[in-house]
Amino acid sequence: MLLLPCPWCGPRDEVEFAYGGQAGIAYPADPDALDDAAWGEYLFMRDNPKGRFAERWYHVHGCRRWFDVERDTASNDLLGA
Amino acid sequence: MRYWRAAEPKRSYDVVVVGGGGHGLATAYYLARNHHVTDVCVVEKGWLGGGNTARNTTIIRSNYLWDESAAIYEHSLKLWETLEDDLGFDLSFSQRGVLNLAHDLQDVRASRRRVNANALNGVDAEWLTPAEVARFCPIVNVSPAVRYPVLGATLQRRGGIARHDRVAWGFATAADRLGVDIVEHAEVTGFARAPGGRVTGVHTTRGTIAAGGVALVAAGHTSVLAAMVGLRLPLQSHPLQALVSVLLEPVLGCVVMSNAVHVYVSQADKGELVMGAGIDAHNSYTQRGSFHVIEQQMAAALELFPVFAHAKLLRTWGGIVDVCPDASPIIGPTPIEGLYLNCGWGTGGFKATPGSGWVLAETIAKGAPSALAAPFALERFTSGALIDEHGAAAVAH
Repeated sequence: MLLLPCPWCGPRDEVEFAYGGQAGIAYPADPDALDDAAWGEYLFMRDNPKGRFAERWYHVHGCRRWFDVERDTASNDLLGA
Repeated sequence: MRYWRAAEPKRSYDVVVVGGGGHGLATAYYLARNHHVTDVCVVEKGWLGGGNTARNTTIIRSNYLWDESAAIYEHSLKLWETLEDDLGFDLSFSQRGVLNLAHDLQDVRASRRRVNANALNGVDAEWLTPAEVARFCPIVNVSPAVRYPVLGATLQRRGGIARHDRVAWGFATAADRLGVDIVEHAEVTGFARAPGGRVTGVHTTRGTIAAGGVALVAAGHTSVLAAMVGLRLPLQSHPLQALVSVLLEPVLGCVVMSNAVHVYVSQADKGELVMGAGIDAHNSYTQRGSFHVIEQQMAAALELFPVFAHAKLLRTWGGIVDVCPDASPIIGPTPIEGLYLNCGWGTGGFKATPGSGWVLAETIAKGAPSALAAPFALERFTSGALIDEHGAAAVAH
């Protein structure tokens, strides 16, 4: 069970959160300009490192705000919000 | 006695398979058996069959919704039906029937649709009413008074379970007999590349091994290996947990799965109840999941099987599964010459073990995707021709 550092509510139990996957994936500025490969990359390709990973969490049963966390996927150690 | 030789790696092979689980061993076996490609090495970073092969809940079925999935999983199930004779190895394969329960109207409609789709694809499937469910599996609670009542179920009578460890040992033994080298405790640390980019071998903790072709069959760690050659894959690695009870007298004679309440259970020959849960939502390589996932799974199990309240938990564990956006695997060549993939089986790869090895072996031996594997090419994430089995095929495995 993870103890997640919500920047607004403090450390809270994982069951209060929903997961949002990799952080920093922006919607393409000009989607029409993307070819199939670039669109597929945006839709489906995500980093999957064994180690440091910046990810999104949503405090769905709390303040209902999104935030980013860095976590080590090899140990589950939280490296900062 | 040893079932297979502890081979010393040679300097070079026609094919190196990275990953000594069921899928990797099956790939090596069928390369040798079907295509006479016997100069093959399987490298495994830990011990043979110690990853997801040892950690899954051993359910075997082929009742998938879409044609492409039904074809490959049914091919696999047909292989299971003769595998013990083929390998000369007891696998405790038992076709005791797999029930997929439906708990609401949408479930019922999707399930009946799947039964019809299965029938069109030559996959055995039946729809059972709640009374028929109770006759087939008397300990399932079919009372309408529960939170998620059982409104019926699909039944695949040819589905069942097998003894997971023996599947790895059986493929290893048979592959070894045909000349395949199995090298345990050899972790891949990098790839040898030719000037044009072609993969020409693997660097391992037991030395560099040259190869005409390299197949990555490493489940949850496939992304890590692919990253070493700069290949990005649409995979996310998640913990998937399972658990067993203490040994009990025979009480459950079939496999029961419920997608809606998310539990699946069978009773092993030894007597323990074997139960699986859903994945943890977050990415992780820790081989352990969060307690609340197990808690939820137990709540579902106890509502469906009130008699389980008497059972004591023996142990829980986790494995790392590589999940694709469409819950279907990736099989075939990659943009990098000499490099093949067989990954993305997510939460349900065990049932596919022989079929997966069969089609990858054919793909490598012939240098072109086998017909059964072609729809599962990496290219589908560019073309958009996904095989969306999320939910469609009772994908809680």
